[in-house]
Amino acid sequence: MSRIDFDTAHLLAGSLVLISFLELYQDRLYALLNVYAMHALVLAASVAWQAFVQDAPHLYITAAIALVFKAIIIPVTLHRMIVRLGIHREIEKAVGVGPVMLAGIGLVALSMVVMLRVTHEADPLAREDLAFALSVILLGLLMMVTRRNAVSQVVGFMSLENGLVLAATGAKGMPLVVEISVAFSILIAFIVIGIFLFRIRERFDTVDVQALDRFRGERR
Amino acid sequence: MTFDPMSFDPMTFDPLAGILVVPALAAMLLAVMPGYRITARLNVLATTLTLICALSLFLARPQPGPYLLVDDLNGTFIVLTTFVGFTTSIFSASYIGHELEIGRLTPPFVRFYHAMYQVLMFAMNLALIANNIGLMWVAIELATLSTVLMVGIYRTHEALEAAWKYFILGSVGIALALFGTILIYMAARPVVGEGLDAMEWTTLVTRAGGFDPAMLDLAFVFLLLGYGTKVGLAPLHAWLPDAHAEGPTPISAVLSGLLLNVALYALLRFKMLLAANAEALAPGPLMVTLGLLSLVFAAFMLYRRRDIKRMFAYSSIEHMGIITFAFGMGGPLANFAGLLHMTMHSLTKSAIFFAVGHITQVKGTQRIADMGGLTVTHPVLGWTLILGVVAIAGLPPLGIFMSEFLVVSSTFARAPLLALILVFGILVALAALFLRLNSIAFGEPRGPSAKAKASYLPMFAHLALVSMAGIYLPPALVVWFEHVAKLLG
Repeated sequence: MSRIDFDTAHLLAGSLVLISFLELYQDRLYALLNVYAMHALVLAASVAWQAFVQDAPHLYITAAIALVFKAIIIPVTLHRMIVRLGIHREIEKAVGVGPVMLAGIGLVALSMVVMLRVTHEADPLAREDLAFALSVILLGLLMMVTRRNAVSQVVGFMSLENGLVLAATGAKGMPLVVEISVAFSILIAFIVIGIFLFRIRERFDTVDVQALDRFRGERR
Repeated sequence: MTFDPMSFDPMTFDPLAGILVVPALAAMLLAVMPGYRITARLNVLATTLTLICALSLFLARPQPGPYLLVDDLNGTFIVLTTFVGFTTSIFSASYIGHELEIGRLTPPFVRFYHAMYQVLMFAMNLALIANNIGLMWVAIELATLSTVLMVGIYRTHEALEAAWKYFILGSVGIALALFGTILIYMAARPVVGEGLDAMEWTTLVTRAGGFDPAMLDLAFVFLLLGYGTKVGLAPLHAWLPDAHAEGPTPISAVLSGLLLNVALYALLRFKMLLAANAEALAPGPLMVTLGLLSLVFAAFMLYRRRDIKRMFAYSSIEHMGIITFAFGMGGPLANFAGLLHMTMHSLTKSAIFFAVGHITQVKGTQRIADMGGLTVTHPVLGWTLILGVVAIAGLPPLGIFMSEFLVVSSTFARAPLLALILVFGILVALAALFLRLNSIAFGEPRGPSAKAKASYLPMFAHLALVSMAGIYLPPALVVWFEHVAKLLG
């Protein structure tokens, strides 16, 4: 593998981690969605680059899904949805920026230590890719637990899923990657439709997940 | 044998394709057919056919192909899944009929429900017979999605919240499991080579000795967390009680009796993979810890339950804990006990949910405080519930007593301290169950006492099997389970 191939893949995967950090401290839903669209865009570039480097044309499909579905359709739909739900001006913060960023740095360090130590036999590209992918996954999880708003939890889940696609494309020659990315897109589409069809706003008067806890069966 | 719908030929019908094609076709049919009576019957017919296909796998077993595989381990799971799927469809017919009558469900929702029931059956069967770790993952995702939709079907506040919680937690679990799956592929690639082979069970198990152990360890941690969420192991169980309590009761029965097992099956497969590599970490202690934690936690949580379905959901967490513990201990005897306990728990818990389904319908509530003196108002339902609870609490001479006794005695021989915790958890749960049962079944009659239009056959059949197993296990079954237990290592 030539130097430039490796460096470009490295750059793209690294940017993905960086954008995950950007997502962590966005407290306005619009800004969060824009950053997420950027996340998906970089993922599409990264997957396309892997397709080119590995000479695996089927990965271009995964890249196209990331570009069209995740970077365009989903953010646009969510944009319109939060306007319809009337929550586009809401500012939410469950945990302060400082602690969240520190926790994020800790998680990235953890995934680097774990993955680089474990995968010393794998080829360097896959190795670094996996370490970055695990960072993105953990940052997505962190976002899901620090947010209260259903929409930002979903954004956290979607960036977590981007990390998985990064890992799957980094694993050279892995079969079923396209199928898995399609399956995940269906899952995400379900979640997004779910927010809307379940009309969480209408039912609960808020998309604040904490308010949902009121309806726990035990407290009837 | 590869599954290819295009080359489907009725003359050379093979049962392996049958257990996938029947539910898939039925799902499509049920999605478009109107009329409750005929669709409920079609639902039963489809599950009957699937059960017949599953049973015929014992007569002629197809060769493992790149996508599908039947061996002794998943054969057991398939028969159990299709059998409980079959009996639940009979129960579901009368349960859904009642929901339709009182207007809790409307005909379009019933159509949707029946279609999703078959999709769930399809997904569980596919997850069990998949010979490919990626395909299995997709199938478990499909099973999760279909149950999420069914849990939210009543569209009340509680149902929607339960569905949302299940959805988010289930998705996170599934995402972690996928990362573990990718890591397994990465571990296999240097040894097996690129492509489909590196995701095939049959290839993976035979070549696992050469895999990088560190990679396998890491993969197993993610798989345990991911699929463990679906098994309902504490502390990853948060979705389970809500999903059980708020969905239609047939779905609670299938969730507890089957879907948890399917996720556990996935874990067992990966455990076998690790066992085949001498240098990889022993997965046993991890499973033992999570199992005991779930058992003790759920046993204490049983005390303050006010909702009857929620209570039995916690009891499912407790029993999945015992089963995971038994498989974690490993060895022929503990594995045998685990398999037996899993079978007994599936049968008993679904029978209990059948009874609970009818009880909540006649009483019009799920609150334990609003139902009392059930043995007076509805003697058959009341005594069936008592028998079910006696069975699930592990009293002799019923089947669960036997399997729990085997788990405990095999543990006492190897790790007495762990056995003490195990016995403690079981006793705490037993006391809690009887405390609640007392107020439900005896005492002053409360709530409506209108006659129940119940289908008793499924619960009687399940409880008869469980009672029989406690007294006499057919030698053929013992030999079979012993054989599978050896496979599990």
